[in-house]
Amino acid sequence: MGINSKPVVFAILSAVVILIGTVVTVFVPLFMPSTQPVSSYVKPYTAIELEGRDIYIREGCNNCHTQTVRPLRTEVLRYGEYSKAEEFAYDRPFLWGSRRTGPDLNRLGGKYPDSWHYKHMQSPQSMFELSNMPAYGWLASNRLDTSNSFRKTSIQGFGYSAEQVKQQIADYAGKVTSAGYDSKTTRDLVTPASLRGELTEMDAIVAYMQKLGRDVKSMEAKR
Amino acid sequence: MKDSGYEYSVVRGFAFSALFWLVVGLIIGLWIAFEMFNPALNITPWLSFGRLRVVHTNGLGLGFGLAGIFATAYYMLQRLTRTPLPFPRLARAHLWLFNTAIALAAVSLMAGMNTTKEYAELEWPLDIGVVILWVMFAVNVFAILIKRREKQMYISLWYLIAMTVTIAVLYIVNNLEIPVTPFKSYSIYVGANDANVEWWYAHNIVGFIFTVPVLAMFYYFLPKATGLPIYSHRLSIVSFWSLIFAYLWTGAHHLMLTPLPEWIQTVAIAFSIFLIAPSWGSVMNGYYTLHGNWEQMRSNYLAKFFILGITFYGLQTLQGPLQGLRTLNAFFHYTDWVVGHVHMGTMGWVTMIISASFYYMIPKITGREIYSIKLANVHFWFILTGQLVWTITMWIGGIQQGAMWKATNPDGSLMYSFLDGLTSLYPYYRIRFAGGVVYFIGILIFGWNLIQTVRQKPATAEA
Repeated sequence: MGINSKPVVFAILSAVVILIGTVVTVFVPLFMPSTQPVSSYVKPYTAIELEGRDIYIREGCNNCHTQTVRPLRTEVLRYGEYSKAEEFAYDRPFLWGSRRTGPDLNRLGGKYPDSWHYKHMQSPQSMFELSNMPAYGWLASNRLDTSNSFRKTSIQGFGYSAEQVKQQIADYAGKVTSAGYDSKTTRDLVTPASLRGELTEMDAIVAYMQKLGRDVKSMEAKR
Repeated sequence: MKDSGYEYSVVRGFAFSALFWLVVGLIIGLWIAFEMFNPALNITPWLSFGRLRVVHTNGLGLGFGLAGIFATAYYMLQRLTRTPLPFPRLARAHLWLFNTAIALAAVSLMAGMNTTKEYAELEWPLDIGVVILWVMFAVNVFAILIKRREKQMYISLWYLIAMTVTIAVLYIVNNLEIPVTPFKSYSIYVGANDANVEWWYAHNIVGFIFTVPVLAMFYYFLPKATGLPIYSHRLSIVSFWSLIFAYLWTGAHHLMLTPLPEWIQTVAIAFSIFLIAPSWGSVMNGYYTLHGNWEQMRSNYLAKFFILGITFYGLQTLQGPLQGLRTLNAFFHYTDWVVGHVHMGTMGWVTMIISASFYYMIPKITGREIYSIKLANVHFWFILTGQLVWTITMWIGGIQQGAMWKATNPDGSLMYSFLDGLTSLYPYYRIRFAGGVVYFIGILIFGWNLIQTVRQKPATAEA
């Protein structure tokens, strides 16, 4: 039997055989714009939202939360409009997830005020006694590291200048530390006194929570 | 015959590394299983579920799974080619580097250095390490095959070749990323494409770690342990080529009803159904090998492991494609059903086969008899019972959760909040934890049995 006595030929043939399905279902779609369409309604993340997203990644939130609402009646009822490919045009990496120990988050933005998130992150059990989500109050004790923010947005291809990134960070810091911030009381409650005047990791992840699905919601509102 | 020049120290090293990472990975598994119904166990960020779950999957998939594969591969390669390992020092370096990499992987994942792409969570410096490790392994694989003294390559060698080639392609393509810092990178793919590449990878890395090399073990150690030749060589040829061809088309069945283009999902469903055939080709080949000699299920403790193992493989490869069907997927996806599915494969099929392979192989390479067949039988029943309790509980829990997500009142509104669905699972999570403990005890007995085996005095009569 020819091939079973020719290891190199065997290896090459195996490589060809495994590459056929790979090329058709993975490589070809990479070059089809329809796989990942872009919509002017969906805006890239701000530097702060991207930092928040990176904290979401670091903490492995995707192990319990999905970010794709399926086109099923009860799913749309529970979470909102089903997910469209356009929404993920700035997602590197994608965070669709594979398991819902917690609920889907793709339509979370704007559903609750910031104060809700501060409180919930600090102690999920204080709001839902039987929740099994870990507490993330300690994020408020970590100063947000923005030293790589510009580099991050550049690699992501968001097209912000260094100045714009600096401005986004300053704007958001201004917002959450101002006396008029609508979630000020709760933020002060969860944030150690020494960090109340600065951005924390908690601020960033809340900003990211509020971005999720926001563009689609505003698009629908305009209709 | 006594000294054939075969390099067995590295086989032994990898076998005990596998055992070590198995125990570590299972302790972490028990820990996170407990966190599922008692979040107070999320004591520090390093021990929080989101980080630890990844240590569990990587620790067992890469630490235990790969070490078990390397151990048996280095053994099978030498035996089946009747050739000593061409580069034994490279293999020993491979062993040390492998354990260092797994330890670094565990620490870095606990520290939150994590790309989120399932089973490819390691950050880019460790990715490079993994590629180097793979090359070190591949050099020995191909060198020994080229130098071999046995003309025909047996079935197991085909599977090892396919694994060596395919893992390299999968790992490199899916881990292409742009570094931000030494501890952080971003995928080069965006959104739907990133998802498609990732699940092509994740599905196939499971296939080419938990199926292909485990089949190599099955085809080699089953005939060795039973003294019976494989039933059909032709069936194994057909199964092999159709398996490795069809596998790569099916990743998108993990992305059913997501924004991924529908045609990719549908193609994945079709090939998933097709995959039942080659999978069952191996199952039937295993069953018919014992045809006429089924009394070995009583008389030969290893036959039990192999036959139960291949049975779980058969069930796994029926359940998988069915879960991929859109309607069933709409119900089961994102629930604990899938978690049960995965664990039938890992706790049933993979561990059963690796256990039996080690029981056969360790006495051979050390010139000792197995310490206790009785303990091996106890080990068998513990891991079988533990696994069944574990997986069946998760299937029931998954069905319940799926049903609660879908339940509506007569007016069309949702009947249950998300939290209702979650809290109704806590009793199942407790039972699952108990099943895990039973399984873990079985594994401890396994480890004890192997350690005692190598600590005995060598048998003098035979070498």
